[in-house]
Amino acid sequence: MSYYFGLAMRSLRRNRMLTALMVLTLALGIGASMTTLTVLRLLSGDPLPGKSAQLYYAQIDPYSKDEPFSRSGKMPWLMSYTDAMNLLDAHKAPRQAAIAQSQIKLIPPDARRRPFFSDGVMTTADFFTMFDVDFQYGSGWSAQDDRNAAPVVVISDYLNEQFFGGGNSVGRSLRLGDKDFRIIGVLKPWAPQPHFYALHLGGSDYGRGAAVFLPLRAARTAGMEPRNTFFYAPGDRQVLETAPVIWLGFWAELPDSSAAAAYRQFLADYVQQQIALGRFQQSHVKLSNLMTWLSDQQVVPDKVRMQTGLAFSFLAICIVNTVGLLLAKCLRRSGEIGVRRAMGASRSAIFAQFMMEAVLLGLAGGVLGFVFTEFGLWCIRQQPAEYASLVHLDGRMFAVTFGMSLAASLFAGVLPAWRACKVAPAPQLKAA
Amino acid sequence: MEIRPIVASLKKHRIPAVLIVLEIALACAVLCNAVFMVHQCIASVNSSNAIDEAGMSVITVGGIDASQAPAAIVRDLAAFHSIAGVKAAAAVDRVPLDHDVWLGSYSATPTEAGWINSSIYFLGDGGERAMGLRLLQGRYFTPEEYAGGAVGADGKSTSHVVIINESDAKRLWPGQNALGKQLYSDETVWTVIGVVADVLAQAPDFSGGTGKYSSVFFPLRPDVELGRYVLRSSPADRDRVLAQAMRALGTLEPGAVLEGHAYVDMRSAYFADVRGMAWMLTLVCAVMLAVTALGIVGLTSFWVGQRRRQIGIRRAVGATHAQILRYFQTENFLLSTAGVLLGVVLAVAANLYLVRHYEVGHLPWSYLASSVLALWVLGQVAVLGPALRAAAVPPVVATRSV
Repeated sequence: MSYYFGLAMRSLRRNRMLTALMVLTLALGIGASMTTLTVLRLLSGDPLPGKSAQLYYAQIDPYSKDEPFSRSGKMPWLMSYTDAMNLLDAHKAPRQAAIAQSQIKLIPPDARRRPFFSDGVMTTADFFTMFDVDFQYGSGWSAQDDRNAAPVVVISDYLNEQFFGGGNSVGRSLRLGDKDFRIIGVLKPWAPQPHFYALHLGGSDYGRGAAVFLPLRAARTAGMEPRNTFFYAPGDRQVLETAPVIWLGFWAELPDSSAAAAYRQFLADYVQQQIALGRFQQSHVKLSNLMTWLSDQQVVPDKVRMQTGLAFSFLAICIVNTVGLLLAKCLRRSGEIGVRRAMGASRSAIFAQFMMEAVLLGLAGGVLGFVFTEFGLWCIRQQPAEYASLVHLDGRMFAVTFGMSLAASLFAGVLPAWRACKVAPAPQLKAA
Repeated sequence: MEIRPIVASLKKHRIPAVLIVLEIALACAVLCNAVFMVHQCIASVNSSNAIDEAGMSVITVGGIDASQAPAAIVRDLAAFHSIAGVKAAAAVDRVPLDHDVWLGSYSATPTEAGWINSSIYFLGDGGERAMGLRLLQGRYFTPEEYAGGAVGADGKSTSHVVIINESDAKRLWPGQNALGKQLYSDETVWTVIGVVADVLAQAPDFSGGTGKYSSVFFPLRPDVELGRYVLRSSPADRDRVLAQAMRALGTLEPGAVLEGHAYVDMRSAYFADVRGMAWMLTLVCAVMLAVTALGIVGLTSFWVGQRRRQIGIRRAVGATHAQILRYFQTENFLLSTAGVLLGVVLAVAANLYLVRHYEVGHLPWSYLASSVLALWVLGQVAVLGPALRAAAVPPVVATRSV
């Protein structure tokens, strides 16, 4: 083995230019594909590992048959207030939550600083337990607070840091818009990527997440408006609770697939009932598991998926190129192979020798490819995309970089090595 | 040039030949699609927008009391008009390319379901001058129409007049004069009083291809809905005017959330993503072509090295420098041709896949043709070095053993 290693090193050193070219090509391909793969993995990851399998997103359709939500038969993304409240009150799942997002005006306690807007989540009591949100101080609110429109607020760790220096701010008052809210909880850092709970609710899909969390009814009483509203029929739009408008996302926690099937049936029955009442025209319903919901909604930007495709095509070109160069190199050494074969080296020994060269190339390509990947990720971090600051190479992707580089070089090395071990010794010796 | 000996020789070196063909094919497929996408990116970044982009500044005012808003708008606009260099100032509800969207659908008949996502713009008095709209037909809103305009309980303009984009005028009433025509949204109706050059949508990537140049304008009296101030000045004065206006607003509206930008910066921020994509594609293409060229150089050099003896023999029996040179050039041309033929097939297949799954158009033939040409040239350039080296092989080599 070490003999092959020595041989391979010598051979690679003999042809510095060619070796450098092969390593560079391989590294460029690895760098490009690892950069895009890291971004893709970040964007398409599971936002709540361990919990996501039990979380379901419910969709029903209040649109008319003549003017549906979409021509291609897509279900409406959101739900009306009436329907969301009806589903909540039915208590057919252990936990449920209706969610909207609002741009909320935050007024810093330090009066010298100007107010600013931040994303705020308006939701119902189960939000925190359902999505495994951990508290640093205090806790969430109760269903009672939901009903009473209690003016309470849960704030994020970063807002607590910014406004109260990171101390225990539970019990303090926070001015939002033109109303005072009492802080009842401070979260530990919580920002699932993507913000699955906020899809189609306006605001960003990636990044640090909402600054404040408010009981839905209290927030609405204080005059906070959802960022996204879709009106499904003409009519009075003044009061969103009664207007023909969808603006809430609806989630249910269901422990297993039989519970999910039962809930789906419940939704179908509910819709039938609404059709009988004349409120609905369409009977289709949808209950999607969290990961299915994310992939159906194509939360990963097209741009990122196309870049990944492009990077892997580029890697394919780089591999073909490396095969060509390795082949050229090893056929040039036919004479040497002939001598080794004549002196008793078996075919498998020749094969192993050339594969060892490929392994060394792969390792070198991996090191340089790692450098290129870090550079590529650095470039992405300079971009204005909302996920930019989150892009980092973790331990696993670091290992994948080397794995992929080795796999690529071994794949590239097979054909040349196989050709090399087929070299017949006699003609080579004669020619020499 | 006799092709048969070249083909015969290629048949003996099947694997390197296949590798070159494969590399050129892959490069061709990627190149066609990438260049096409770069072109689409550039087209989208350069989308025309018939407002005075260079002279416009936009200040977003948020979080003010709805009941105070009308008085505040009148007061703030008066303050802006006293700033030197301000040519026009007005309050509007939204501006193009600002992510904040209000969409509706409009049609030429009351019954027809509208499927176009039209961007709805409410303008305060003087909005057309502040944005620098370009009137093609008809007139702008009168002061009375501005003073009477409101947003109804159903979210629609209570005014009876509307100004529309040139594209909408052509789409809704092809071959007719749009002025005086009735524009419907459900049962509500407005009369078209003016047609302006195409103003971009509030978020073209959200409203889709048909909504990109579908914009409608309604008059609105001072109202909390008018959350943006547009100031127009000469581009040279713009930054100073914006800074002064921000300072003035800071004292006039101590409790409001203020955000001021030159419009060109807003536009540039909106397209930053697309521009990044275009650069990335360009970079990958350049590196890919370089890798392909180096691969051709590497393989051909090896090849020349292997055939020194044959070249020597050919030279000895009378072949000229030029003939040897041309031999390798023709050989490369044959390989490139096979490569680009396969590449074109791959490119079209990749494009069909992209069309199916992404918002990408069909690849025009011109892109295929220019990529084919580019790879032919690339192949010839790459092969020149090794071919010259081959042509320089002296005939005497034939008499020696290698």
